[in-house]
Order: sequence, then structure tokens, then C-alpha cells
Amino acid sequence: MATAETVLLPQLIAKHRDALLNAWLDHQRAANRGGVEDQSELRDYSSRFLDSLRVAATTGQFEDITTASWAEARHVLEEVSRARVLRGETPSQTATFVFSLKGPLFDLLGRELIKDAAALAREVWIATLLLDKLGLYTVEVFQKSREEVIQRQQDELLELSTPVVTLWHGVLALPLIGTLDSNRTQVVMENLLQTIVSTGAQIAIIDITGVPTVDTLVAQHLLKTVSAARLMGADCIISGIRPQIAQTIVHLGVELNVVSKATMADAFALALRRLNKTVVDRAKPTARAAGAQPAE
Amino acid sequence: MEQIPIMKIGDCLLVSIQVDMHDRLAMSLQDELTGKVVETRARGVMIDISALEIVDSFIGRMLNNIAAMTRVLDAVTVVVGMRPAVAITLVELGLQLTGVKTALNVDGGLALIRRLIDDEEQAD
Repeated sequence: MATAETVLLPQLIAKHRDALLNAWLDHQRAANRGGVEDQSELRDYSSRFLDSLRVAATTGQFEDITTASWAEARHVLEEVSRARVLRGETPSQTATFVFSLKGPLFDLLGRELIKDAAALAREVWIATLLLDKLGLYTVEVFQKSREEVIQRQQDELLELSTPVVTLWHGVLALPLIGTLDSNRTQVVMENLLQTIVSTGAQIAIIDITGVPTVDTLVAQHLLKTVSAARLMGADCIISGIRPQIAQTIVHLGVELNVVSKATMADAFALALRRLNKTVVDRAKPTARAAGAQPAE
Repeated sequence: MEQIPIMKIGDCLLVSIQVDMHDRLAMSLQDELTGKVVETRARGVMIDISALEIVDSFIGRMLNNIAAMTRVLDAVTVVVGMRPAVAITLVELGLQLTGVKTALNVDGGLALIRRLIDDEEQAD
């Protein structure tokens, strides 16, 4: 294969660096019409990439761009990809950064090697393989950055969607919204147990009004949470089971062996009764006498 | 050999586990505790595991067994102070400890024992 002596690419890049850079920038601007890229930033990235490309190319390693000599070039590409992910650009717009170098580079090679067809073909082949690899790497980084963004959003959603509310001294409420999977159950459980410890609550109301479907798996997750809370010494009440969900639970043959109430209000009333508290209507004096009796 | 102290408070026995439980210690605790329940004619047993960071299936089963044994000896067992991580582990292990009463702390545990004993006496 090609060795450092036979490959003219690094020398040519070094010799015509500025002309190549300008031609490349023109190509990028033409390809990315309507892009919002900062021109000075683009010039900075492009010139850094070109330099690192030249340095890496002098080592003569064109087969494998994962080696240490390509680290600087990869680093620049990663920066470009990340920046473009954050700006919400498409993968093809991102990959254009590398691929648009092909035109000016091949022009340059054609001009310089006009007398030597064999050398021209060889150099073009090496350059195209190399730029393809670098372009694919850009897309890979783009993809990875996108996944990181999605992962971070998922984590934030997970944190946001499981608040533990103190309804009364010793009574916690856990309004669940959205589907319960194993990951969420874990977060919900940890949050709930941690709050039970810190507030010393005796009763926790798990409200599943916002849970769209309850299948055997979700029911199992719910039961796990209830069991864990019980082991800590707190009782759980499940509230907000909608009629359709009640039907599904029975049809599926799921045994929900927990105290359940139709609404959060009912569950709260039960919680207060267990704590020997009553709610009194102050407008009616007679109600106070009635309220003094523990309601059955 | 290390030993887990069993304290008597009124008609209750308080066991506070402060060291890591290994299986032999768990067995000897079981022995001693059942002996002590009979000897002191205690009506309630409280096991404080707030210092326990690791509870495996063996210790979980032991807690269940102690609860079942004391019930035969006419005493209620309450486990108090379980850590969240321990509770999650036990649930994931499939040990629900359905036979064991639980409370958040020693205070709540004593109140629960009192209530359970009262309930039993009323039922008789």
C-alpha cells in the first residue's frame, strides 16, 4: 500500500494551504446556503482541520483513522459535530463539512499532477477513501451527540415526572403520570422511600389517575413499590383507578392486594381517619359534634 | 463471640442489630430471642435494623421466621428502621416479609406494638 514517500497529499496541502482553505470555505458556503453558521467560526474550524489533516497525513497512515496520529483531526470533527447538533442541523449538513473538501482538493490534485495520470489516480483514490472515513466519523459523532441529548432529556423527564407531595403531616402523595416502566418504578420507589425516611410519614397515597394503561407489568411495579414502602413501615393507598383500568385489572387476573380508593380525596379521607384526624366544617356548628365521632 | 443484646422494656423486647449479620449470628439470635420471649413472657418484640446496610435473603427469611416463632409464643414482632436501599433489595429478591409488621422508627414501633396488643386483648 501507499507509504509516506509516495503520497504527495501532505506536501500539496502544505504548499497550497491558503488557496485550498478559501476554495473549501466557498464550497461550504455554497453547499450550506441558508445555514446559520458563524463565518469566522467556520474558518477557524476549517483551518484547524486542514492543518491536523496535513500533520496526520504525513505519518502515511490512511487506513485507520482511529490511531493516535488522527486524534487532533477527530477532535476538530467532534467539535464541529457537537456544535451542529446543538444548532439542530441535519446529519447531511454536518457531513458536508468534510465532504465539501473533496471538490477543492481534487481540483488541486488535478492541477498539480496533470502530467502524471497514474499518480493522480492514486492520490485521488487515497484522498477519497480518507475523506469518506472522516465524513462517516462525523456522522457517527453527530448521532452519538444526538443520543446524548435525548438521554439527558429522558433523565430530566424522569426526575421531573415523579414528585412526592406532602399532603399532611405524615401523609404523602405520589401522583404518577405516564407509563410505568422498570426505570421509572426504580426512581419512583427511591424517591418515595427517601421521602418517607426524611418526613417520617406513615401513609403514602399513590395516585394513578395519570397512568394511561395498567398491564400485569405495571401492576407488578406498583405492588413492588407498595411492598417496599410497607417494609419501611408506611402504609400505601392506591387511588385514581379509572373504570377501564379496573376492568383490565380484573380481566388480566391481576391481584392488587392493596387498599384502593376511587379518588385521591377518598384516599386522603381514609389517611386522616387512620391518623385519628377529622375535617370539620366550621360554617355549621352542628357538624363539629358529628365530626368528633370517628367516621365509619 | 459477638452477641446481639436483647433489652427488655416493660413487656417488650428490643433487639438493636448494630453489626453486620452473618448467618451463625442470625441463628444464635433466633435461639436466644425465642428463649427470652418465653422467659420474660414478653408480648412484643421490636427488631431495629436501622444500622443494617446489607440484608440478604437469609437474613430476610430469618426475620420472617422470628416473626412466625414469636407469634406462636403469643408475642408480636415489629421490624423498625429499614433503610430504603434494603427495602428495595428485599422487594427485588421477592421477599415481601408479609408476616412481619413494620414501622418507620423505634417510636412508631412501640406505638404499633401497643396497638396490636390492645387489639388482641379486645378480641379475646
